[in-house]
Amino acid sequence: MRRWADWLAPTLVGLLVLGGWEAAVRLLEVPAYQVPGPAAIARALAEDWPLFRSSMLVTLRIALLALLLAVTLGGLLAVIFAQSRWVERAFFPYAVVLQVTPVVAIAPLILIWVDDVTLSLLICAWIVAFFPILSNTVLGLNSADRNHVELFRLYGATRWQTLWLLRLPGALPFFLAGLRVAGGLALIGAVVAEFVAGAGGTGSGLAFRILEAGYQLKIPRMFAALALISALGIAIFAVLGLVQHLLLRRWHESAMRPEG
Amino acid sequence: MTLVALDGVGKRFASGTEALRGIDLKIEAGEFLSLLGPSGCGKSTLLRLIAGLAEPSSGRIARAASRQVGFVFQEATLLPWSDAITNVRLPLRLAGVARAEQEARAAEALAQVGLGGFERAYPRELSGGMRMRVSIARALVTRPSLLLMDEPFAALDELTRHRLNDDLLALWAGSGVTVVFVTHSVFESVYLSSRILVMAARPGRVAAEVRLDEPAPRPEGFRTSAGYAALCRRATEALEGAMRA
Repeated sequence: MRRWADWLAPTLVGLLVLGGWEAAVRLLEVPAYQVPGPAAIARALAEDWPLFRSSMLVTLRIALLALLLAVTLGGLLAVIFAQSRWVERAFFPYAVVLQVTPVVAIAPLILIWVDDVTLSLLICAWIVAFFPILSNTVLGLNSADRNHVELFRLYGATRWQTLWLLRLPGALPFFLAGLRVAGGLALIGAVVAEFVAGAGGTGSGLAFRILEAGYQLKIPRMFAALALISALGIAIFAVLGLVQHLLLRRWHESAMRPEG
Repeated sequence: MTLVALDGVGKRFASGTEALRGIDLKIEAGEFLSLLGPSGCGKSTLLRLIAGLAEPSSGRIARAASRQVGFVFQEATLLPWSDAITNVRLPLRLAGVARAEQEARAAEALAQVGLGGFERAYPRELSGGMRMRVSIARALVTRPSLLLMDEPFAALDELTRHRLNDDLLALWAGSGVTVVFVTHSVFESVYLSSRILVMAARPGRVAAEVRLDEPAPRPEGFRTSAGYAALCRRATEALEGAMRA
């Protein structure tokens, strides 16, 4: 019953908002080039579906590849940082610098330096996505319970055993929380980089569709591309949430259903 | 035979706090030794020194070469992501014992603490008492000659604690393992021990020694017997004397 309510309530709100929007646009006779109604947006989407679909796949591919890179490089760096406080102290500030510098500002440089546009988009998306994974995983690796660490020491565990059997599993919930944030950020990074690349880019991602439709004043198409970006973000978030639940449900409080 | 001998051992933390001073102590094979004292008297620190988890700042600790140590913490300290049997076989895994032997010995240790059939249960699916049993099974799985326990039952309810006390005594009597048991409960220390060291605080030191020669396992009704009450009075007086000193 409760699971139904989880779906029903937001769906109802969504339908109400869309209905109200459509009604307002029609009653007030707002022209579609100012604010299109949901019906006009859906029509624009349906008319050019093959184009939108391929654009969506381009953006999705960049975002997922960036996420994959962020997981491997962020995770690897976190493990290296966790090996020594000295390494962490020396290098973490630079990870922060990379994080706090707006990707919009770095993207033009990367586009100049890197010949391949896809690769430069990937790098931009990776820069945004990797930090939450790095910082969360470092935190997780350093959060091992003191008694657990002593237990491992008492039984003569090697550094590798302590990492593999204690620190890594303990860091998993932290890593997964970072992963969920990074999933959304990878998409944002990909879209921002596409905007910067603009007409000079490969010209096929969703952000390019928005730019293109804007130049042509095809406002419903702008909204259609925007809706697809949101849908992608929601899908990535949901899938990562499912992964998180499946990996943690047996033992971590965050994945438990409240009882009673 | 003496398993561990401490000679004038002191411990001062980096903060300057003197946790222990002048501890002389011989742990004899087969005894059940309790360290009894108020909070902050350094009894846990002493246990960690005996375990080798910390180094003394002064004095000497001599250990028998054949000694294999098991340690039970105040909390169960189980790995939440591993089921009961994986938790129990951890020490064997760390020692590089073959997988099949790990499984067999862990299952045996779980049965020994009365948890046969719970091999695949995760810690959060077990009660506090059962978790502590898993923790004890993990300490026993290496077949230690010396079992160190740091207030293991302090967080449990009275009935569970009584049952675990009885089971622990049966394990001790059955296996010949030497136990060093830290507690702040007079009743628990008297019920379990063959010898009690009463400790005083600031700095932590041994203030008195009480020897008990009641047979283990305790007979039915021992908890309410006059003999138990008399022993508890002796231990209480020693503890009060230590706290005045």
